[in-house]
Amino acid sequence: MKKSIFGIALIFVLAFMILAAFDMRPFGEPTVSEMDDYYIQNAQAETGANNVVTSIVFDYRGFDTLGEATVLFTAVLGITALFREVVR
Amino acid sequence: MKGEMSIIVKTITKLIYGFIMVYGFYVIVHGHLTPGGGFQGGAIVASAFALLVVTYGNQGVNNYLKKDVFSLVESTGLVLFIAFAFFGLGVTFFYNFLANSGGLFGNPAIIGVNPGDLNTGGTVPIMNIAVGLEVLAALTVIILTMSAASEITKEKEN
Repeated sequence: MKKSIFGIALIFVLAFMILAAFDMRPFGEPTVSEMDDYYIQNAQAETGANNVVTSIVFDYRGFDTLGEATVLFTAVLGITALFREVVR
Repeated sequence: MKGEMSIIVKTITKLIYGFIMVYGFYVIVHGHLTPGGGFQGGAIVASAFALLVVTYGNQGVNNYLKKDVFSLVESTGLVLFIAFAFFGLGVTFFYNFLANSGGLFGNPAIIGVNPGDLNTGGTVPIMNIAVGLEVLAALTVIILTMSAASEITKEKEN
């Protein structure tokens, strides 16, 4: 009983994987790249920064950087709270 | 003094720690033109402070590197970052209101491959500087706190 359930599940997973493989883009063609193309074409004109990576990190995706800065702040908070007994 | 390294290490540290800091601030300030940015430059400057702490020991740097000052710098950097995100709130949060405005950091960038103009980028360089201050101060606070804690723990064990 258990083995038959396992076999049926295996067949379903294999069928799903094979179907997904047929649906993939052809070899050598990248995945969806409309967003990247937009950044490369317009980042310099819109933000005025020559470094496209920085213009993405600090402008288009500022929320991500805000989270990273907050993570660092929280890390310092944790360190100082951890050593509060030892250091003063 | 206790906890400091040999004369060779101290001499080399005196020679190079200033260059490391200048290079780190260069990476921060030129974040919108060259590879790097606030995080990377801040980590470089913090590594110079870490070199000082390792070379002179916690007691040697205690009078020069104050933890409270670095804590203040860190908070200032984060507040500056969030404030400049809020200044763009006329359009959206994190709107680049200084770009192409002609004022501070407001020159339009030349499209295509070019050496770059420092006075471009809008809020991007300001946020680079804010994040750089935050990262360098945060890492230095961590290093100072942990070195002080390890020193005191060693004394207790002895």
